[in-house]
Amino acid sequence: MSTIGYAVPASVEEAVATVAATPGAVYLGGGTNLVDLVREGIATPSLLVDVTRLPMDRIEAADGGLLIGAAVRNTDLAANRVVRERFPVLSQAIVMGASGQIRNMATVGGNLLQRTRCLYFYDDGAPCNKREPGTGCGAAEGSNRMGAILGASEHCVAVHPSDLAVALAVLDAQVEVLGPSGPRTVALADLHRLPGDTPHLDTTLAPGELVTAVRIPSLPMARRSRYRKVRDRASYAFALVSVAVALDLDGGTVRGVRVALGGVAHKPWRATVLEQRLTGGPAGDAAFRSAAEAELAGATPGRDTAFKVGLAVRTVTAVLRQLRDEGGAA
Amino acid sequence: MLARPATRLNPMDLSSMGVGSSIPFLNTDEVLVDGQPVAVVVAETIEAAEHAAGLVEAAYETSELSADFGAALGSATPVKGMPVGPELSGRRGDARAALAKAPVTVDLTFTTPQQNHNAIEPHTTTAWWEGNRLTVQEGTQNLDWSRKVLARAFGVPATDVRVVSPFVGGAFGGKSKVWAGTIIACLAARVVRRPVRLALSREGVYRTVGGRTPTRQRVALGATADGHLTALVHTSVSRRGRVGGGPEQIVACSLDLYDADTILAEQSIVELDLMSNTAMRAPGETQGTYAVESAVDELAVALDLDPVDLRLRNQPGERRPVSRARYSHRRLAETLERGRDLFGWADRPAPGTRDGATLVGWGVAAAIHPAWEFPANVRLTAEVTGQVRLECAFHEMGMGSATAVTQVVADLLGVDPADVAIGYGESQLPTGPGAGGSAQTASIAGSVEKACARLRTRVDALAAKAGRPAGSPVADVLAAAGQPSLTVQVGADDGPRAMVGQARFLGKMLVDSRRWKRAATGAHYCEVRIDADTGELRVTRWLGVFDIGRVVNPRLASSQLRGGIVMGLGMALGEETIIDPRSGRIMNPSLAEYHVPVHADVPRIDVVTLDDPDPTMPLGIVGAGEVGITGVSAAVANAVRHATGRRLTELPMTLDTIHG
Amino acid sequence: MVGFGLNGHRVTVQVEAFSSLADVLRTRLGLTGTKKGCNQGACGACTVLVDDRRVLSCLMLAVQAQGRSVTTIEGVGTPDALHDLQREFVTADGFQCGFCTSGQICSALGMLEEIDAGIPSAVADHVAAQPDPTELEIRERMSGNLCRCGAYNGIVAAVRAYAGRERAR
Repeated sequence: MSTIGYAVPASVEEAVATVAATPGAVYLGGGTNLVDLVREGIATPSLLVDVTRLPMDRIEAADGGLLIGAAVRNTDLAANRVVRERFPVLSQAIVMGASGQIRNMATVGGNLLQRTRCLYFYDDGAPCNKREPGTGCGAAEGSNRMGAILGASEHCVAVHPSDLAVALAVLDAQVEVLGPSGPRTVALADLHRLPGDTPHLDTTLAPGELVTAVRIPSLPMARRSRYRKVRDRASYAFALVSVAVALDLDGGTVRGVRVALGGVAHKPWRATVLEQRLTGGPAGDAAFRSAAEAELAGATPGRDTAFKVGLAVRTVTAVLRQLRDEGGAA
Repeated sequence: MLARPATRLNPMDLSSMGVGSSIPFLNTDEVLVDGQPVAVVVAETIEAAEHAAGLVEAAYETSELSADFGAALGSATPVKGMPVGPELSGRRGDARAALAKAPVTVDLTFTTPQQNHNAIEPHTTTAWWEGNRLTVQEGTQNLDWSRKVLARAFGVPATDVRVVSPFVGGAFGGKSKVWAGTIIACLAARVVRRPVRLALSREGVYRTVGGRTPTRQRVALGATADGHLTALVHTSVSRRGRVGGGPEQIVACSLDLYDADTILAEQSIVELDLMSNTAMRAPGETQGTYAVESAVDELAVALDLDPVDLRLRNQPGERRPVSRARYSHRRLAETLERGRDLFGWADRPAPGTRDGATLVGWGVAAAIHPAWEFPANVRLTAEVTGQVRLECAFHEMGMGSATAVTQVVADLLGVDPADVAIGYGESQLPTGPGAGGSAQTASIAGSVEKACARLRTRVDALAAKAGRPAGSPVADVLAAAGQPSLTVQVGADDGPRAMVGQARFLGKMLVDSRRWKRAATGAHYCEVRIDADTGELRVTRWLGVFDIGRVVNPRLASSQLRGGIVMGLGMALGEETIIDPRSGRIMNPSLAEYHVPVHADVPRIDVVTLDDPDPTMPLGIVGAGEVGITGVSAAVANAVRHATGRRLTELPMTLDTIHG
Repeated sequence: MVGFGLNGHRVTVQVEAFSSLADVLRTRLGLTGTKKGCNQGACGACTVLVDDRRVLSCLMLAVQAQGRSVTTIEGVGTPDALHDLQREFVTADGFQCGFCTSGQICSALGMLEEIDAGIPSAVADHVAAQPDPTELEIRERMSGNLCRCGAYNGIVAAVRAYAGRERAR
């Protein structure tokens, strides 16, 4: 009765060719978001091209970094020994996301491309420029505790829900993509976009492009990294604010620092203002705090999200403090 | 095809309380509330039905709506209770004047949001017709209301409607009335002349089944410097839907918790273009105890008194403060004292104590829920084999009712529980009590007691004929008399005798309520830890001490009490049904966005019961299903106050309300 | 047509592309022990084991089970031959209404395998194999399985008791 088709391609190339040749075709990973979106009538694919059986399910060490196949399950990435030693922020972000069952199903590629949990996006009875361009943003004046405080537009205040993406942003990950016109590499930081006046576009991927792998470059300072997720339940809830931090100290001085925020914007928010302020300066509580405040200075919270500004400042400050105080543990 | 059902109570027919809403489903082109079903698709497979339902398009004209509870508060109208049933108001002396004169006062306004039951089993109905006879399989908390409401809706005799409900996958009040899914399944089965199954989606449950009313409450307390309460003012506004629902007994707890010199308890209600509100675990008492028990804690702070001492100082004596009816059995003070010792309250940390990056606080609150007893018809059969069968159309939603009733029958007849069979969960059996008001076990026990006495009388008469001594084992007497079995019945299910039975029940309830106040009571003690940076609140320790009369089965009773506490934690920490007032639409109709507690939110919960029978209740039993949730939110709020110095007056206590 | 192992047997069944594994188990294969509490991956009632890993059968398409090995509660134990973990649920009163129970049990079995395999959690991010999972650890790892009756204490006690006994062997 359903009009949806299903295909298992034999190769990555065949998958891309099939989607390119079939109007309405989409890639299917773990299905943990897509199946729900189809059921809700938000996604209306004609064909599901299952990419979970393609040979892109391996994690390989490469030049001090990692090459992670897009079909690797979240659980396997979190458990990977190299990830836990060299990039603990990544493992932590994954295990703070979703539930054990969902992590067993969800793929790396699918996680990055999951769609917002904005209540107005999910409700086909509500206006939403992301779901139906031109209908307006129901969330702007509506119930919006989960909404964006950075980089939002009058057209959309949705946030990206992935934890994994926030950790990858702090690690300067590169995303490998194969499309109808060939392969290309896009920085994770450039994969997701701000809503502007085209909020129906979550990413910069061209139609038919498939995420095939994520590459994490060598980053020794990431051995001292941490993910902190602040949410409404002790477990199994989306982030109100999340923070990924890597910190490199030289005595009391910040030699290097990387911070990304989740739950605050339409994309993982790399805190470049904060990083510039702190680098080369003292690793003191006051410096942490004022740098975090500077990062959030441009925040434009809505009616229900004013609390997120202070929460983000305090959470960033606390994680920096914690990483500093853990000192020699790294 | 369907008339517009009335949702007001008809005192001559209590099953009128079983109508979920007045919406004439599929029989009107007017949409009265968001989520009202406008069409039904019947198909051979669930995939086909879901696909086809997605193809239905409807065009609407819009009209004004009133769905903003906060904005409608000014239009609230007062409500009064009935002569029997939940209390909605009370007055002792001039509380406002006493408050104005009181040396120490607190005056706080509290808000609580709508909550929804979220039994993990969504409402699902399978219905089929054989001629004019209807059979319905579904999870229900009230087989009798269900059959009668359906009989009226479809114009058939109630005796021709059979409702089968052997197990219910959680209910909490959400399955006590007849909602859209049930009616439409029966309607569809009649049209297609085949069995029809209608399984609501989770979203469908949110949109078509009512939830707990939001409230705005004021509690003002006046006291002398040594902590004697001189005034207690508790007022509340709640909401119903224009399509149904009603007041919940929000201020009732203020008629019993404290012996204030003066008391004013009043409720009012607004009517909104939203789905009916409906009973959800301790309706009214849950919201009311949150407000009163928070205010009392704040008074203790103002008086610099220990909050347990303040409560103990103001306990009523033998009689109710307002109505002066006698307490049948009141052990609230003892639950507070036992809890104080067991929790180690003497070691309560200083306010604002820090443990590394977390603030630690301890809280206490009282719990109270009235004890009810409803009519229960039972049929008891003793076999010559020694087997006993007790039949009653009661409900099993996870409370372990069948186990408890087995124990009661075995105890009363002095037989092995293994020889007792129980028939339940099906409307053709003798009419049972609804599973509501924490009354099921006590109600059945009362009738089982009568049935056992009748059986004993008949058996003794047989024994006398057979030359056996009175009190001989039932099976022996039946064997001696050459009789294979003996059946006795208590109560009539239909016809004039049933009407008489109902009138007698209401009369007894009225007399009893003037004479006695019966209630389950308790005390909650808890510890919370709050992240000083983020405001994240975790409950790390819990003890509840309860007086629920006689405990039939300690394991089942503890589970019920714990379950109430867990639901109370949800209310305290995260549960809120978000309604967009612009559309009247529930915006988070999902278990991902409506935050019930998960494993990680729930600490070890220690439960202690006094196990002291209430002399006025059947076998001394007082219900355990609801008292556990009362007072929970207040205990958490009071612990947060202790940890942070902040008095939170809004539920849920999400981290933004804590850190501010 | 999809073929997979089911509770130790091989089954082949006609399905639509978008049929969920949960619906196929329940309506085509008659295995109604797997429950649908939300049909959107938010409650865990539909948890089954696929190749010994716990997954949500409401979000997994039946076609994706091709060639896999699926274990449902019917394959864990039967009323006549309860699994040891089921026995512990009875002993510890790890349920009330029972609707979430099959999901809790399948999830717990998968979770204990994850602990044995050294898969980290948000509680213990550096955990290797744990000799005896703590209450905190079990709560965190089981948080994808909601129990609205609030039988969480009993569930955790049952899982702990079972895990302890298994490891004592």
